[in-house]
Amino acid sequence: MNEKTSLWREFTKGILRENPVLRLVLGCCATLAVTTAAGNAIGMGAATTFVLVCSNGAISLLRNVIPNKVRIPAYITVIAGFVTIVQLFIKAFSPELDTALGVFLPLIVVNCIILGRAEMFASKNRVLPSILDGLGMGVGFTATLLAMGILRELLGAGTVFGLPVLSGFMQPIIIFLLPPGGFFVFGMLVALAGRLSAEKKPPAATDCGHCPLAASCSINNRKKEAGE
Amino acid sequence: MDGQVIKGLVAIFLAAILTENYVLNKFLGICPFLGVSKKLGTALGMSCAVTVVMVIATAVTWPLYVGPLVPNGLEYLQTVVFILVIAALVQLLETILHRYMPPLYNSLGIYLPLITTNCAVLGVTMLVLEKAAGDPSYGYIQALVNAFGSGVGFLVAMVLFAGVRERLEECDVPKCLQGLPITLVAASLVAVSFLGFNGLVDRLM
Repeated sequence: MNEKTSLWREFTKGILRENPVLRLVLGCCATLAVTTAAGNAIGMGAATTFVLVCSNGAISLLRNVIPNKVRIPAYITVIAGFVTIVQLFIKAFSPELDTALGVFLPLIVVNCIILGRAEMFASKNRVLPSILDGLGMGVGFTATLLAMGILRELLGAGTVFGLPVLSGFMQPIIIFLLPPGGFFVFGMLVALAGRLSAEKKPPAATDCGHCPLAASCSINNRKKEAGE
Repeated sequence: MDGQVIKGLVAIFLAAILTENYVLNKFLGICPFLGVSKKLGTALGMSCAVTVVMVIATAVTWPLYVGPLVPNGLEYLQTVVFILVIAALVQLLETILHRYMPPLYNSLGIYLPLITTNCAVLGVTMLVLEKAAGDPSYGYIQALVNAFGSGVGFLVAMVLFAGVRERLEECDVPKCLQGLPITLVAASLVAVSFLGFNGLVDRLM
């Protein structure tokens, strides 16, 4: 029973408490770029979740085999392999989604959420918790993308999933589909998630604690030396 | 090189900085944009390192793609090969700088480990190939100019934004917007100002 609750917690923490985008501030590029429509947001979320679950599982299996010194390149290779699988799959079954996501599909490789979870969770935990952690983080990521996609599509084009909702009621505000609207909606969502979280405040913009490369980063080390 | 080619190169360079700015228009490299733009010095160092890596990475990955990958029908290996090349390149550059040029290492080299996972670098190597596929006159030199311009565009965005953030430090921000949210709203306003450049480069041609 106890083990079951802890597994359940590994899964649910990614959804709000440690939401990868809104609380840990990882994977912002994809979040901002593909959320001009709710449909794209789901596609991107599903692709990332698949890679996240597979890479977390594989890295957890290999955690005692990969030498510590070359772990980052090894993780990147594992992740790139799964991304290639997703790329080929989407190209074959949904060419429209492939065009809509464009370069951001291969860029899942450098999505810091995936490398971050590999470095911080999968490399230290057993396979089942790692897979659940990946699944929870993936669901949290997809939910955030979906919320942003719906908001931006609704305000910017007056539709949701391509269905007209606001027609005749108000003029769409096109700037929400343009880059500035992305930054603005993201900022508001981060503020809201901060309000709903336990600490009641949004994360600082320069918080390096959750960056996957924090351990090998010299800027971070210098900051620490200066602080001590 | 005739006038038309040079004109084209200037247009590519300006477009990469102003209308297709990687950070503010294409959402590539947002993490360093938000993470290391707090001080002008770090913003400058980081963006110079990104520019150098972007140009070298494009210079290496382009021939690799056109050379061994395409003739053998291995285009699907693009993602794996490119990220490994970039990771190896960054590591090599860091080692060389550390060993032979300590002053440069101290100002630029310390940012290099972060650049492996900077999506702007992987992004530029893939986007120039995408552009070349749609335009036969777009070649190796155009790609390198594009990479350099993208790096300079990253630098412009970082430096401008570092200035904005230094001002933001002194402002009285509502509690629920402090930290990241107000930074994103500021980024949104900087992005609005870059929308003003739309159409500029088309006019130039």
